Amino acid sequence: MTKPEGELTWRDLEIGSIVTEAGNASQYQTGDWRSERPIFDNNKCIKCGLCYIFCPEGCIGQNAEGYFDADLFYCKGCGICARECWPKAISMVPEEE
Amino acid sequence: MENYSVYVPRLVTKRENFAPGHRACIGCGEALAVRLACKALGQKTIIVTATGCIEIISSQLPYTSWRVPWIHTLFENTAAVASGIESGLKILMKKGRIAQQEITVVAMAGDGGTSDIGIQALSGALERGHNFLYLCFDNEAYMNTGIQRSSATPFGASTTTSPAGKVSIGQVTWKKNMPAIAAAHNIPYVATACPSYPIDLMAKVEKGAATPGPAYVHILSVCPTGWRCATDLTIRIGRLAVETGIFPLYEVENGKYRLNFDFPKLRPVTDYMKLQGRFRHLSEDVINKIQQRVSAEYAELKEKASEGKG
Amino acid sequence: MAKRVGIEVSLAIAEAAKLARADVVAAYPITPQTHIVEHLAKLVADGEMDTQYIPVESEHSAMSACLGASAAGARTFTATAGQGLELMHEVMYVASSMQLPVVMTVVNRALSAPLSVWGDHSDVMAVRDTGWIQIFAENGQETVDNVLCAFRIGEDRRVLLPVMIHLDGFYLSHVIEPVLFPEQSQVDKFIPPYQHPMPLHPDRPVTMGAFGPPIIYAETKKAQEVNLEASKEVILQCWDEFGKTFKRYYSPVESYHSEKAKVLLLTMGSFGETAMTAIDKMRGEGREVGLIRLRLWRPFPFKEIRQAVKNAEALIVLDRALSFGGPGGPVCSEIKAALYGEDKKPKVIGFVGGLGGRDITPAGFEEIINRGIEISQKGSENEFEIFGVRE
Ligand SMILES: Cc1ncc(C[n+]2csc(CCOP(=O)(O)OP(=O)(O)O)c2C)c(N)n1
Ligand code: SF4
Ligand code: SF4
Ligand code: SF4
Ligand SMILES: [Mg+2]
Repeated sequence: MTKPEGELTWRDLEIGSIVTEAGNASQYQTGDWRSERPIFDNNKCIKCGLCYIFCPEGCIGQNAEGYFDADLFYCKGCGICARECWPKAISMVPEEE
Repeated sequence: MENYSVYVPRLVTKRENFAPGHRACIGCGEALAVRLACKALGQKTIIVTATGCIEIISSQLPYTSWRVPWIHTLFENTAAVASGIESGLKILMKKGRIAQQEITVVAMAGDGGTSDIGIQALSGALERGHNFLYLCFDNEAYMNTGIQRSSATPFGASTTTSPAGKVSIGQVTWKKNMPAIAAAHNIPYVATACPSYPIDLMAKVEKGAATPGPAYVHILSVCPTGWRCATDLTIRIGRLAVETGIFPLYEVENGKYRLNFDFPKLRPVTDYMKLQGRFRHLSEDVINKIQQRVSAEYAELKEKASEGKG
Repeated sequence: MAKRVGIEVSLAIAEAAKLARADVVAAYPITPQTHIVEHLAKLVADGEMDTQYIPVESEHSAMSACLGASAAGARTFTATAGQGLELMHEVMYVASSMQLPVVMTVVNRALSAPLSVWGDHSDVMAVRDTGWIQIFAENGQETVDNVLCAFRIGEDRRVLLPVMIHLDGFYLSHVIEPVLFPEQSQVDKFIPPYQHPMPLHPDRPVTMGAFGPPIIYAETKKAQEVNLEASKEVILQCWDEFGKTFKRYYSPVESYHSEKAKVLLLTMGSFGETAMTAIDKMRGEGREVGLIRLRLWRPFPFKEIRQAVKNAEALIVLDRALSFGGPGGPVCSEIKAALYGEDKKPKVIGFVGGLGGRDITPAGFEEIINRGIEISQKGSENEFEIFGVRE
């Protein structure tokens, strides 16, 4: 895990402030930006994967049975997946407080 | 919709070289375009990014979204940095200091970083013939600094420095034709793309990467924040840009134009414009003027494509 | 065996970059730097130098391409002057903060307007705070030697910083001087190949140049400052090693008859040589004058300066640049700042001269020293004086 920025001292920095841990932004939660979440209805899903390909966060994955779901740690709730899923297998529902 | 899109997951690599946890706005088309491009590029890649949304949202110390080697230095020098990397790799391989292998050097910048402040460095690098791929992510304004106009902002769009007002329609100049400028350098590969056509986009990025010499891909990237549109419409709006002929998808290979998606009948520009707040103030007259220009330019492009030349 | 040749200093610089086996050169021509890059291009064209020469379309791109090449792990060299240096300005900060050890010779030139291609230090002073190591050379031999040292210092793992070697335009760059070139094998031993510890390469994906929010920016700058300060030790070691190997010795502050002198003149750059002639003459007449030449401009040699001037009564500083609306010359302000807290210190008197290539003869230096002494005794209404300007 990367040390949080508020705890890093100047001595902790790599030469030229290089970040050596590739892709460590995946530790950063963007899911709490969300006001709506996608709900996947597997009965309607045809497993086309369009939702996966169009998600700007790259946070939709396929499970063992071939169905798709969003990783809510990252999902910002844009609604693109729901809009683009033409069998209408995804619906956006408000996040509760 | 692309006919083969039904089987997308079978065609596309699962690996994400652009990690989630990036800080792009909700529904950002630019982040999606970068994600798709990174999929197409694979890991034998070094990326140089200009200052702008892509850089800011992906690299906040001590975090990075990049799973490939990546460097950012400044706003206007991306193509020059790429030339240095390409030359460095070449000589190090020649001298045997690093192993001989194909490494794609990719420059990424916004429309401002490309068609305005970075155009000199880009022109220089294209002219010198470096073996690199340049990707312009065009969201039609300086978004990172708060939606100021660029030379890629379309006619009539309201931005914070081309605001619509009592005596102004917003942007009063026509969008600079950056792909044509790139093509005028007689480089082997130029293309336009849009993440609403993901397979096409990835194929073009791959093709550009495989091209020996300079390649340029201009990617229309819908920006819900700057275009003032709903976040779920990003893909739809990109598709409409293509279907209205406002942003045709084409390639220029060794000077020969090819239209990738042709439409017997273009949709009216209003289908595209009415979904975006930046055009909301426009009168019918202005919209007609835009329609005429779009139709004429599309016809011109088709002509070039049918002749198979530039 | 090393060989001595009569050669134009600009060409000698290119030969030094060749001896250093620079991997990439990215440069844009500007008077009075042109002969350096022309000769580099020729060496590459003749196959004498195994280098990627990038004929960029501007100095901004020259320095940018150097960043890219250096980040990829290549030894990188460039040269510029005056307006070219100013066009690079923004990029230079990036080289130092990202720790990319580019080596650059700057053929010092005045700044527009009016346009002037002749030498002074206006260009240097505008890039003073870019975080580069900066060394001044006074003659052809010093330039060649310090270009070689620059690679060794900058690329040292403990340093990894870009280095500028300054030389005065025309007065030095365009003269033919006898220069002793070391053997290739000696140079290869003195400067081992550049190894960036984490270059841009798919084998190990690193992120360079990430964005720094307020919570971390200050830490990055502290690290940079500590690093530049610490480079002094490595610079001293390098010069020491160079002296042992090549029998030519360099130090941050060089003194000429200064030990017992009551009055000291301080110069930076090629004026030092003319000033020596004046000092010799005055000493011959029984005057207690001496000369201090400042070689290391950044990191600033506080300790050495304090030591070198502490016994003098007056220290006359000649700058070749103006800080408009400020205290006159940048070197003079630096010296004053360095001495302010000292108990025992000379009076510091500032002059600005040699602007835009205006020559100062030995007689001129005598005049400066005499006027300086007068001011030190009687005082002056002005913060500084511009020498030789027509009223
Ligand atoms: C030399 C310089 N001028 C201005 C800026 C401020 N600036 C940073 S990003 C940016 C706009 C970026 O616009 P674009 O290239 O279109 O990328 P976007 O953010 O829209 O993706 C501007 C004006 C800067 N960083 N450097
Ligand atoms: S887009 Fe809809 S139908 Fe297609 S895989 Fe996703 S949820 Fe299933
Ligand atoms: S709502 Fe947006 S972010 Fe969330 S999974 Fe769907 S496409 Fe991805
Ligand atoms: S401003 Fe636009 S381009 Fe930038 S991150 Fe937000 S949505 Fe994306
Ligand atoms: Mg933009």
